[in-house]
Amino acid sequence: MAEKSGADILVECLIDLGVEVVFGYPGGAVLPIYDALFNHPKIRHVLVRHEQGATHMAEGYARSTGKPGVVLVTSGPGATNAVTGITDALMDSIPMVVITGQVPTQLIGTDAFQEADTVGITRHCTKHNYLVKSPTKLASVIHEAFHIATTGRPGPVVVDIPKNVQIATAPYEKPRAFEHASYRPQTKGDAKAIATAVEWLAKAERPIFYTGGGVINSGPEASALLREIAALTGAPVTSTLMGLGAFPASSDQWVGMLGMHGTYEANWAMNKADLIVCVGARFDDRVTGRLDAFAPHSKKIHIDIDRSSINKTVDVDLPIVADVASALADMIALWKDRGHKAADLTEWWARIDGWRARNSLAYPDSREEIMPQDAIAQLYKASRSSKDVIITTEVGQHQMWAAQHFGFDEPNKWLTSGGLGTMGYGFPAAIGAQVGNPDSLVVCVAGDASIQMNIQEMGTATQYRLPVKIFILNNEYMGMVRQWQELTYESRYSNSYSDSLPDFVKLAEAYGWTGIRIEGPQELAAGIRQMIDTPGPVIVDCRVAKLSNCFPMIPSGAAHTEMLLDPSQVEGIMSDEAKALV
Amino acid sequence: MHIQEEISERHVLSLTVSNEAGILARIAGLFTARGYNIDSLTVADITPDHAISRITIVTSGPPKVIDQIIAQLDRLVPVHKVTDLTDNGPFVERELALVKVAGVGEDRIEALRLADVFRAKVVDTTIESFIFEITGTTDKIDNFVGLMRQIGLVEVGRTGVVGLIRGKEPN
Repeated sequence: MAEKSGADILVECLIDLGVEVVFGYPGGAVLPIYDALFNHPKIRHVLVRHEQGATHMAEGYARSTGKPGVVLVTSGPGATNAVTGITDALMDSIPMVVITGQVPTQLIGTDAFQEADTVGITRHCTKHNYLVKSPTKLASVIHEAFHIATTGRPGPVVVDIPKNVQIATAPYEKPRAFEHASYRPQTKGDAKAIATAVEWLAKAERPIFYTGGGVINSGPEASALLREIAALTGAPVTSTLMGLGAFPASSDQWVGMLGMHGTYEANWAMNKADLIVCVGARFDDRVTGRLDAFAPHSKKIHIDIDRSSINKTVDVDLPIVADVASALADMIALWKDRGHKAADLTEWWARIDGWRARNSLAYPDSREEIMPQDAIAQLYKASRSSKDVIITTEVGQHQMWAAQHFGFDEPNKWLTSGGLGTMGYGFPAAIGAQVGNPDSLVVCVAGDASIQMNIQEMGTATQYRLPVKIFILNNEYMGMVRQWQELTYESRYSNSYSDSLPDFVKLAEAYGWTGIRIEGPQELAAGIRQMIDTPGPVIVDCRVAKLSNCFPMIPSGAAHTEMLLDPSQVEGIMSDEAKALV
Repeated sequence: MHIQEEISERHVLSLTVSNEAGILARIAGLFTARGYNIDSLTVADITPDHAISRITIVTSGPPKVIDQIIAQLDRLVPVHKVTDLTDNGPFVERELALVKVAGVGEDRIEALRLADVFRAKVVDTTIESFIFEITGTTDKIDNFVGLMRQIGLVEVGRTGVVGLIRGKEPN
């Protein structure tokens, strides 16, 4: 058999695995791979401006298409710059394969130029990682890496390839289907547990579905099944930040997002429920609030593909280790088989409607200033004329307002950094989403501080003619930091003011984009319309009320029933115990 | 504000893993990253082709944390199986120690007498010292070392615990 170089083997593997696009940045230790890419035009390479950008683009691509995101970076700084995005993908369970160049094997450990211990550094921020020391192992490692990244609970996998392994040759044959010696994720739920779950669901008087990003990771079928089981049971549905869109916000059964900035009705329903069915969520601290006061009256069913999520923070009564789609399909089949009918939940819904009547997402009206919540609501309204809309966010107040005031009816349309909370995620994620969905309207809702964390990627959007829109809610503050300083530190604004902001409109022009400034409520609708109708990339500098805060809010260390609904409830100081929580 | 500590219990975990580069770092790193304790850790390959290693870890933590440790270990890609010997017992656990004791006259005789009681073997001797080899449970070795400390303990090397479930079933 003719031998191929390691670099050619890698590229052939990527083609065999159906990879269409790679986000990357060249450098000394990946030059052989870049040369191999030059000869394989089948794979599209998107040249980024910073390796962190590449990782978030891969995440945005993956989250919006359901396919794994692929990143290619050089050794040393290339790899270390990718670490934040890799960690982000681990926390949010995003399938991603990161190929890193490494110094040649004989130089490993000598502090060679651009050497870093990439497998050491990424060991705890990847689902798995590899250092490939021979071209004969490369093909099987690459295929295994994609298998691990995309199955079970998805996550990032790093493959570190020394430069001499890229150049050395070996015979290449497409690997056949294989069974991994030790990695076998459980996808089918235990039949007895499924049967018990169905019994409990049929008998529950105050049930609620608490759904998360796992429903989206499980694929569109899981979202369809969630809608079906919700319809069969008539139970209310709430979701984490990561799960928005799996269940339609337009449904009557939707009670909004839960948790720290969730709705009053979602959090009170969780507190008073007698049965919580947790589907692909993980009882994160942003969701539970104070643990000893979390959902005290309920039995809890937890469907999760990752056994380590079960009983990690909250003890559950019935764990089902399974893929969400598989477990929901089994539950629905059994529900129908046993002839269950939806229980009479009139009383439960009456209580929920009572909580809904508090209208917890209401915000003060203003004629002088743009209320940030209103900017999101108007963006939502205007974008409904577009066929397909994907929203990404940075991290902070704007992210929570987008989650609260933009309605998502379909999965894979909402891309946000939930677990790691990475400022600088949203804009590159929007680029990645646009690459994977060239005909969609992709809008990054940003804050004036977050957007500056990866703003260099404007050049990438220009280069590849990607018509992404950046919608900045500009309040000249790191708003969420300021909000916490108001809550906890008597409004001592230590370093949370965004001084020396660039002129975003001029910046847009400098990169060949269109820049729009919206300064008052009367300009808002027209400005948003202009953004949507402009064919190329657009930055909107939307000047919003400077001191608006994100409500409702469960402060750190508080219970679901201790929500703050408006600024008048803020005391400005907290106990040390509450201060010490994140 | 003061930080509260939880009551913990000792568990012996037995793992089979693929014998590949970095596996020990993955496991040890998991414990540090998530704030778990390692009291001892042993590792050696156990198949003729050197493909599989057995790792025995003695850890301590509240029951909920022990469950989490097992689930987290099980999630590592090269880990084949994790068994909690303490929960799936009865099981045999053994540790080996080399104990160097220096002394002359009556101390020397007392050291030999105690070694006999503990079934420790002399593996090295000079006019003024012994090295004893002792196997047993962690408690037994702790006791032996404690007694030798009063006589003239110089230094100790311990292997950490290995363990297997009793009876014919595998771990």
